[in-house]
Amino acid sequence: MLTVHNIEKTYEGKPLLRKVSFDVARDETICLLGPSGSGKSTLLRIIAGLENAEAGQILWAGQDLARVPAHERGFGLMFQDYALFPHRTVAENIAFGLRMQNRPKAEIQARVKTALETITMTAFADRKVTELSGGEQQRVALARALAPEPRLLMLDEPLGALDRTLREQLGRELRRILRETRIPAIYVTHDQEEAYAIADRLLLLHHGVILQSGEPHEFYHHPRNAWVARFFGLGNLIEGTVTGKAPLTVDTPLGLIQGCCESQPLSRGQKTTLLFRPAQAVQDTDNSPNRITGKVIDQVFQGEHYRVTLHINEEAMYFHVMLQKPVRIDEAITVGYDPDDVLCLENEEEME
Amino acid sequence: MALKSQLGSLFKNPTWRAALFWLLPAAFLGYFFYQPLLALFELLISPEWGFDLSTLNWRRVWSPLEFTIGQASLSTLLTLIIGLPGAWLFAKFEFPGKQTLKMLTTLPFILPTVVVAAGFNALLGPRGWVNLGLMALFDLNAPPIQFLNTFGAILVAHVFYNTTIIIRVVSNAWTRQNIRLQHAAAVLGATPWQTFKEVTFPLLRPSILAATLLVFLFNFTSFGVVLMLGGPQFSTLEVEIYIQALHMLNLPLAAVLSILQLLCTLVITIGHNRLSGRRDRTLAPGSPEVGVRIPKRGLERLVVILLVVSLFALLVSPLAALAARSFVKLEADRGERGEIQRGLTLDYYRELGFNRRGSLFYVPPIAAAWNSLMFAGITILITLFLGLLVAYGLRQRTALNAILDPLLMLPLGASAITLGLGFIIVFNRPPFSNFRFPILLPIAHSLVALPFVVRTLGPALQSIPVSLRNAARVLGASPGRVWREIDLPLLAPAILVGGIFALTISLGEFGATTFLTRPEYPTLPVAIFRYISQPGALNYGQALAMSTILMTVSAAGILLIEHLHLPGKDLF
Repeated sequence: MLTVHNIEKTYEGKPLLRKVSFDVARDETICLLGPSGSGKSTLLRIIAGLENAEAGQILWAGQDLARVPAHERGFGLMFQDYALFPHRTVAENIAFGLRMQNRPKAEIQARVKTALETITMTAFADRKVTELSGGEQQRVALARALAPEPRLLMLDEPLGALDRTLREQLGRELRRILRETRIPAIYVTHDQEEAYAIADRLLLLHHGVILQSGEPHEFYHHPRNAWVARFFGLGNLIEGTVTGKAPLTVDTPLGLIQGCCESQPLSRGQKTTLLFRPAQAVQDTDNSPNRITGKVIDQVFQGEHYRVTLHINEEAMYFHVMLQKPVRIDEAITVGYDPDDVLCLENEEEME
Repeated sequence: MALKSQLGSLFKNPTWRAALFWLLPAAFLGYFFYQPLLALFELLISPEWGFDLSTLNWRRVWSPLEFTIGQASLSTLLTLIIGLPGAWLFAKFEFPGKQTLKMLTTLPFILPTVVVAAGFNALLGPRGWVNLGLMALFDLNAPPIQFLNTFGAILVAHVFYNTTIIIRVVSNAWTRQNIRLQHAAAVLGATPWQTFKEVTFPLLRPSILAATLLVFLFNFTSFGVVLMLGGPQFSTLEVEIYIQALHMLNLPLAAVLSILQLLCTLVITIGHNRLSGRRDRTLAPGSPEVGVRIPKRGLERLVVILLVVSLFALLVSPLAALAARSFVKLEADRGERGEIQRGLTLDYYRELGFNRRGSLFYVPPIAAAWNSLMFAGITILITLFLGLLVAYGLRQRTALNAILDPLLMLPLGASAITLGLGFIIVFNRPPFSNFRFPILLPIAHSLVALPFVVRTLGPALQSIPVSLRNAARVLGASPGRVWREIDLPLLAPAILVGGIFALTISLGEFGATTFLTRPEYPTLPVAIFRYISQPGALNYGQALAMSTILMTVSAAGILLIEHLHLPGKDLF
């Protein structure tokens, strides 16, 4: 339905978005994920028509929206600070978009009532929005964005201002409402857990480009480069240089490590970053070509396993280890890795 | 279509957009403020007036300047002596009547000078409460206290006006000071006095200096008080400009004095702005009302009680005297002989509706009230319209504003007398002289009021988060609709406050009005000024009645602002 095509934008002379392109299909919730300053919110404002891109197009069902002002696009946007109108009550806030569409009074009333029921805030209809708690404001903002039945719903860090418990609860509610309404949605966040929970498809935005896109599990299993692995916190990252190709061998501060590579083949002498996932460490190291030994500096019991942090060559690496009883601090232990479990990743491209 | 989109893209550029907003206000200011100002300079060099600087009697320039600086310094010093303890009182103590006293401190900001002068006249003048009381008590033939036309009268009125500036500015800074700084000093071993000397006072100093300069500026440009309470022998620059221009018809000398006045106020204003900027930076955010306590027994309690009583006396007595005196008959009307009917009366108010033979006007005094309201109405319309344009212009992110903003605020520093003089030099010819209706009056009032209105609307507009407008747009509101649904309702309180400022400033404006008033269109302050100096109990009573009306309207306005917690109450 929505096509974003080669959008470019600079901010104070620096490129903020560089040729960003993606689609949003009918019924699809996509999640724009990225660290703060990656241009996510700007991209939303451009799609909404609140800001102009310097190049590129926003299309809806094939129609270019360049000359369609924000108030005629029929998109919904839920703002990060909610932007509830302080001079209007809860019900008046929700009714605002419907009034702008000049719908009949009776219909507006009925819809506001339904919206209030959906967010279970019927009793709050005549309250001032300034009297609401953060979670209540968030729900009103969502109801206000949804009430006019937008063709596309955009949510800008909708849970960002809330505390953890509330986030989880409202996140569930949000998923339910998005599933029920079946409105195509773009969800912006910097929190990967939130992104996993909500999105059919993720877009990872970094330095103004979409670094990787796909379903949540793809990011986990196949991070495109070292930056993606670091952003998602997939595990220990160790840099090294390729010294042999079959088997793929990398010279690292830990010694020679055998690994595997999923993307383009690496050549000898090339710099790479190795990903050691904590959960894939094995304790039976006899058959393993990769052995890592270090002194224990920290251990945390996590139910299924211990998370043990080892001091190895000036670096701290952590692994999930099954232990019958806790190890002593300063005790040396060894873990092994199967070559298929050590991912050789492209280093981050130098941006600027 | 092409034209429309070109215009559209022009409007997207912030500089052009700011320029569009500024267009009318700039034209208004250029024509009605800067043109008269330049005319003052032109007057001195243009051969048309045949003025020769070398023939100027410089003593007539230096002597009012000397007196102006002298009285302003002395008034400021006295104000500090009363105001600083007052600030301490407000910052540190909780006491009965604090809220009332706080309300009262807002009054002098808005009370017209003629009202204050009339108030002191009703208290201490020859027909005032104190003198009449003493005369009755000791059976005297003449008022024993000579207050009017003394230097002391000027000082007292200035202290009345400005003490509250010191109190408000300094006590605000004091309460906003982070209490933890003082706690830190105490924990580090400082005695209360050392804490004050090393921490509290150094942090307060910029505020005290800024308030002092502001008080000095107000004393320096004081006109109505000096004219009405000081009498003919005391001439500040303002009064001298007025006398030279309107009584001696010596326009060139008036122009020289005006330029001198302008330079002085400019220097003081710049100094004040610098200090204000510094003041804002040095203030660590604290929580108000922390560290406010009930005074302890003994000496502290005595000092607090004395301060509260004297502040109440200073602020309330002239105003109460004025209002009470306007309802009481105490002396014979002109021509009345023998037994005098003393007691409560509404005569002075009733008489406002009549145009007596031998009256000073062609119209009954009540007509002056209607004129004042009419001028105030026009002033409100002009200032709100231009003020909104300027506020929107200032909101655009463009370097243009750095130039235009100070140009707009300059009328704040220029005195109304200078403005009035410039007006009669430039506009005392067709087309303006052809109008019977003095349209220049509300225009002059607008120039005086505009900076206040802009200072009220500007911050209110800035405080509307951009995301609210964006939210409305995304929800389908067209640009015009966004303005109606978001900006207008959110600006409404500020517009109300701006309107109240414009109303009270216009109602009370005296300086420029004395130059521009026409006999058939007197305003209330002009009428008060003429009636109060006339013989006869009736004239005096009518002046006090009019002053009381003016006081009530102004007080109602400022109390409304305070009471509704509307924005702009901390404007000063």
